[in-house]
Amino acid sequence: MSDWPLWEVFIRSQHGLAHKHVGSLHAPDAEMAIKNARDVYTRRNEGVSIWVVRSSDITASSPGDKEPLFDPANSKVYRYPAFYEVPKEIKNI
Amino acid sequence: MATAGIQTNPDEFQERIDAGIKIEPKDAMPDAYRKTLIRQISQHAHSEIVGQLPEGNWITRAPSLKRKAILLAKVQDEAGHGLYLYSAAETLGVTREQMIEDLLAGKAKYSSIFNYPTLTWADIGAIGWLVDGSAIINQIPICRCSYGPYARAMVRICKEETFHQRQGFEIMLTLSRGTAEQKAMAQDALNRWWWPSLMMHGPSDKDSKHSAQSMKWKIKLFSNDELRQKFVDQTVPQAEFLGLTIPDKELKWNPERGHYDFGQIDWDEFQNIVQGNGPCNQERLQARISAHRDGAWVREAAAAYAQKHPRGARRSA
Repeated sequence: MSDWPLWEVFIRSQHGLAHKHVGSLHAPDAEMAIKNARDVYTRRNEGVSIWVVRSSDITASSPGDKEPLFDPANSKVYRYPAFYEVPKEIKNI
Repeated sequence: MATAGIQTNPDEFQERIDAGIKIEPKDAMPDAYRKTLIRQISQHAHSEIVGQLPEGNWITRAPSLKRKAILLAKVQDEAGHGLYLYSAAETLGVTREQMIEDLLAGKAKYSSIFNYPTLTWADIGAIGWLVDGSAIINQIPICRCSYGPYARAMVRICKEETFHQRQGFEIMLTLSRGTAEQKAMAQDALNRWWWPSLMMHGPSDKDSKHSAQSMKWKIKLFSNDELRQKFVDQTVPQAEFLGLTIPDKELKWNPERGHYDFGQIDWDEFQNIVQGNGPCNQERLQARISAHRDGAWVREAAAAYAQKHPRGARRSA
């Protein structure tokens, strides 16, 4: 099994929601990965749809890049509605 | 999983819609449903992209650094919204290239309101307050529409739009409380943006050719006239608070209906702009064509780099 690739599993828990990453598993091919994911991750009716993606096909940002990637948004508080004062008489904004 | 090629039974499809089950990219769906969504989502995406232009006009001339940073953030959001929507449309099988080509060739439509000019700083306030206000009313129901990727894109968009409307209202409030000249500027912007904002909800129900089927498919949940009424009802008290006058002599609260009555919209003006004859149609399209052409070298350079470094800086998870 060690030569079987690793697959990342994504489950859509309900109609209308996006698929969400739930974990990973080993399988020889995509079809088997779906079958295994069904047994491993949806035994209690957790989903309505499964996606599998080879782990090696995922490109991830480096943990070391966290600051340059995400810190610049910290100072941009004006992107949030709470930044703006709306008089209490005003409704629906 | 591979149901895409299977013949769709229209009754079964409608039952699914009626049961509130979302349609997802790989599900079987009638061709007309797919085509309607491609048209609507791509028009919506184009509107976000072209919508950057009237506001972009004021980035370099915003009255303070704070207003400039806010306006930049807003225009940046519009670009993001366009990208969410192009991606949602692509799940239906249309390519990004095709959509852009249709826009640049003048074949695809976008919201007519962006063919009006932004003459003063107050227009930036009026756009946020009225145009984004109108857009929010149109878009909130789409968060519950029958096509999953469109509904999910719209949830993100609506969440981000709230700041847009607030910053617009705040600009209007500041101007209304300012000098007589500033208040007159706010009134002038309201005068020019009010009617086009009412047109944003689309033709009157009796003239709206796509409405009935779209409502049956739950792509549309409220009629154009219902959405427009909602916009008028919630905006009139806001204008009163600002001390500004809505440019409609027939506007009056109707206690029997529990809604404001309002005057006739000039649909000839609307049609004229849709046909391409608005004050800025050519300018807007030309700006998009130039941006696409002037950006070609960036796309080529990125493709050349990717080819030279096939795995780039890729790391496995």
